[in-house]
Amino acid sequence: MSVLDSKIPSGALSTKWSSYKDHIRLVNPANKRNIDIIVVGTGLAGGSASASLAELGYNVHSFCFQDSPRRAHSIAAQGGINAAKNYQGDGDSVFRLFYDTIKGGDYRAREGNVYRLAEVSASIIDQCVAQGVPFAREYGGLLDNRSFGGSQVSRTFYAKGQTGQQLLLGAYSAMSRQIGKGKIKMHTRHEMLDLVIVDGKARGIIARNLVTGKLERFSAHAVVIASGGYGNVFYLSTNAMGSNVTAAWKIHKKGAFFANPCYTQIHPTCIPVSGDHQSKLTLMSESLRNDGRIWVPKNLEDSKAIREGRMKPTDIKDEDKDFFLERRYPAFGNLVPRDVASRAAKERCDAGYGVNATGEAVYLDFASAIERYGREKAKIAHNENASIEEIMELGTQVVKAKYGNLFQMYYKIVDQDPYKTPMMIYPAVHYTMGGIWVDYNLMTTITGCYATGEANFSDHGANRLGASALMQGLADGYFVLPYTIADYLADEIRTGKISTELPEFIQAEADVKAGIDRLMNIKGTKSVDYFHKRLGKIIWDKVGMSRDEEGLKWAINEVQKLREEFYNDLRIPGTVDSFNPELDKANRVCDFLELGELMAVDALNRTESCGGHFREESQTEEGEAKRNDKDFAYVAAWEYTGKPAEAILHKEQLVFEEIKLVERNYK
Amino acid sequence: MKLTLKIWRQNSATDKGQMVTYPIDGIEGDMSFLEMMDVLNEELIVKGEDPVAFDHDCREGICGMCSLFINGEAHGPDRAVTTCQLHMRKFNDGDTIYIEPWRAKAFPVIKDLVVDRGAFDRIMASGGFVSVNTSGNTVDANAIPISKIDADKAFEAATCIGCGACVATCVNASAMLYVAAKVSQLALLPQGKVEAKERVLNMVKTMDEEGFGNCTNTGACAVECPKEISLDNIARMNREYFKGMISAE
Ligand SMILES: Cc1cc2nc3c(=O)[nH]c(=O)nc-3n(C[C@H](O)[C@H](O)[C@H](O)COP(=O)(O)OP(=O)(O)OC[C@H]3O[C@@H](n4cnc5c(N)ncnc54)[C@H](O)[C@@H]3O)c2cc1C
Ligand code: SF4
Ligand code: FES
Repeated sequence: MSVLDSKIPSGALSTKWSSYKDHIRLVNPANKRNIDIIVVGTGLAGGSASASLAELGYNVHSFCFQDSPRRAHSIAAQGGINAAKNYQGDGDSVFRLFYDTIKGGDYRAREGNVYRLAEVSASIIDQCVAQGVPFAREYGGLLDNRSFGGSQVSRTFYAKGQTGQQLLLGAYSAMSRQIGKGKIKMHTRHEMLDLVIVDGKARGIIARNLVTGKLERFSAHAVVIASGGYGNVFYLSTNAMGSNVTAAWKIHKKGAFFANPCYTQIHPTCIPVSGDHQSKLTLMSESLRNDGRIWVPKNLEDSKAIREGRMKPTDIKDEDKDFFLERRYPAFGNLVPRDVASRAAKERCDAGYGVNATGEAVYLDFASAIERYGREKAKIAHNENASIEEIMELGTQVVKAKYGNLFQMYYKIVDQDPYKTPMMIYPAVHYTMGGIWVDYNLMTTITGCYATGEANFSDHGANRLGASALMQGLADGYFVLPYTIADYLADEIRTGKISTELPEFIQAEADVKAGIDRLMNIKGTKSVDYFHKRLGKIIWDKVGMSRDEEGLKWAINEVQKLREEFYNDLRIPGTVDSFNPELDKANRVCDFLELGELMAVDALNRTESCGGHFREESQTEEGEAKRNDKDFAYVAAWEYTGKPAEAILHKEQLVFEEIKLVERNYK
Repeated sequence: MKLTLKIWRQNSATDKGQMVTYPIDGIEGDMSFLEMMDVLNEELIVKGEDPVAFDHDCREGICGMCSLFINGEAHGPDRAVTTCQLHMRKFNDGDTIYIEPWRAKAFPVIKDLVVDRGAFDRIMASGGFVSVNTSGNTVDANAIPISKIDADKAFEAATCIGCGACVATCVNASAMLYVAAKVSQLALLPQGKVEAKERVLNMVKTMDEEGFGNCTNTGACAVECPKEISLDNIARMNREYFKGMISAE
């Protein structure tokens, strides 16, 4: 029987959040001064939460493993952030954003949470502009929008190809203001390695100071985990090198359920792998699909000739190109959601049409967009007789203004000029919809422990739409958590300072120390990366873009064996009490080695296909994903029992009151 | 490619440190500079030696964490890229490559190539923000139109990634370009104008206190800046500073 209570307020969908806010308990300003909150993570989710909570008057302790809060992985987000502003007057509304998100997530997200997200989205843009975030603008001085996959309106706000950096710098500046005032105590180069629970409530953390290597204890009245996603379990992903599951996994081991770990997002437009040395993959923003057309040659022979260097993509005539997304999904074309686009690319490459040396790449072509924009420009300039060269030059300028830095990034990495020859792209791991289970308040199954941003599972169901992660991170931190946490902290005003000398803290620190000593004392022969790469390959091959029973069972077994090998043959140079990046990595990879197994367990349990989770056994005759609402319209929340494979499944049945479940159709 | 690496090794902030030579083989042009360092470290670990510590995270030129002084240039020989975006195809077989940390009084070395850039954060905490609380009641984002020209200029200034290459490059170890980028961004926007005067005075004061040097207009910072932050920002900051000084009197 399920122990999960999502705490969704009753009442009509559109009034749930406002009536909830009207009725929750508050903490008065004088009492807030006596309350401490720990926030692990300084990305959009953690940074916005820290700043807002400190503004309200709480004492905040913030943590990040980088040398500055501004470097959290949110900085790398390129394309944009959604908000239901309807500035373009193209029919957008809170309901439509809500509907697109539920549908995009393949009907595996909670209506209540998603509606709230859509509702607060407009305030995010107002807040960011007030902070000085320089969003792109039109000549009239108003904000510009672009469109993203999975929607038919233009609701995405952006700052060239670096929306994440600009939003994060906004949150970082809000944090900086509170750091200057002493309301936030910032702990950089600190890694949370355990949660401390006292009398059933989250009361603090154990963190390792990555400069000195010392373990430190921190206490608080509530702990917020905003540590980002776990895509690096695949080793190769678009995540930053340090992104990890450790904070989330540690709370999982202490009682927080982990929801839908198998829902991972493979992004269709990344730069393909170039060799074994590869350490990470680079995303080419989805916004490029606004103007780029995706294709492979129609004829196998042409693909082969390209792979062998006998032919160039520019030699192929339009009629010999297979624009496979436009062909299969005429209504959405190149703007189908990510999971659909990724699988379609893989399908073509598996069939032998791939276009780079490894056979794992398709083209993203800007030639027609450049020409179209060029003609438009020429017309505006009354240059009716412009030559095709002039037109292409004019068009290039337009494309440069829109995507300049992405094109430059591509050029630097691949050494080919994407203005002249199509980009090569291939899907790569990008985002994790799964994460720590939270209720409507964003509280985990541990009292007083919250999870926000990519670290939680809450709003994207089985597939996230582009430009919605930034929205969720900031919604959680600026506009949701500051309310919901008060409802809990109202009971804490008389608690007083929590001592870090409590036996629970001493025990937790001793446990962390024992774990680190165990790793250091293996003294084997292989580096952390050696194991991480092998883990990544298992997960990518069997728990990646498509999964089947046999592969998943194999993966579970392989990960278990690999974990054993890790604990027998790992070598960490250096010492415990010093700056030691290899030890930092080992602390993260040991958790990935457990998470990987749980992902496979979850994927094995879910015998339907939905969103980012494609089960070979569950597809239509045309090879499209086949959902099974009768048996699987639930959130799978896993309880840790000591071994990932023996985790206990709790089901939160999803109730759809507003939306009718239908087959997701982008045709 | 076969290369000879000469790398600064320094155990801790108090250690003296020295250059150490490492031959390396099998490097391909498609590798990034940091992937080349990964190859070296993998070899060192297997041999039981201490790997070289260096900072990095995003590896796509946006987080500002990576920071190497390569052959006497911040972020190496290529223009408009960070070290993590630098590719080995920029080097030739047989090259000797010198790799050092950022060197500046305000950026003490932590280990090997890793330095402490906390001073940058402290400058931000002294004024690099607009004093607006999260409330959900701020004015509508389109209530104040902003000319595209100003918005674009503010954006250009805001692309600074806080890497510190400007400081490392400057003979005076000045942080002017970094500070000017933030001052400019906010001074160009109506939302930031209200506090412009206090902001510039406070940030410059903290910059001086943190031990960064004076700006003597050599312009080296803008040449090495991976984001091509323009010297115009320094000029704009100077104007803002004088405006601030006059009205403070
Ligand atoms: C290349 C790329 C492009 C993207 N583009 C877009 C886009 O255009 N639009 C969009 O909506 N989304 C985009 N996304 C997704 C989006 O950026 C992320 O989902 C989102 O930024 C996550 O924010 P976060 O605050 O939850 O976590 P993060 O930004 O990842 O922050 C995690 C924080 O936790 C800290 N941390 C982690 N573990 C620990 C620990 N154990 N101890 C202490 N601190 C810890 C880190 O130091 C960091 O501060 C993109 C993602 C990638 C990878
Ligand atoms: S101004 Fe340029 S060099 Fe200086 S910190 Fe910013 S991005 Fe780096
Ligand atoms: S590692 Fe992020 S900018 Fe180089």
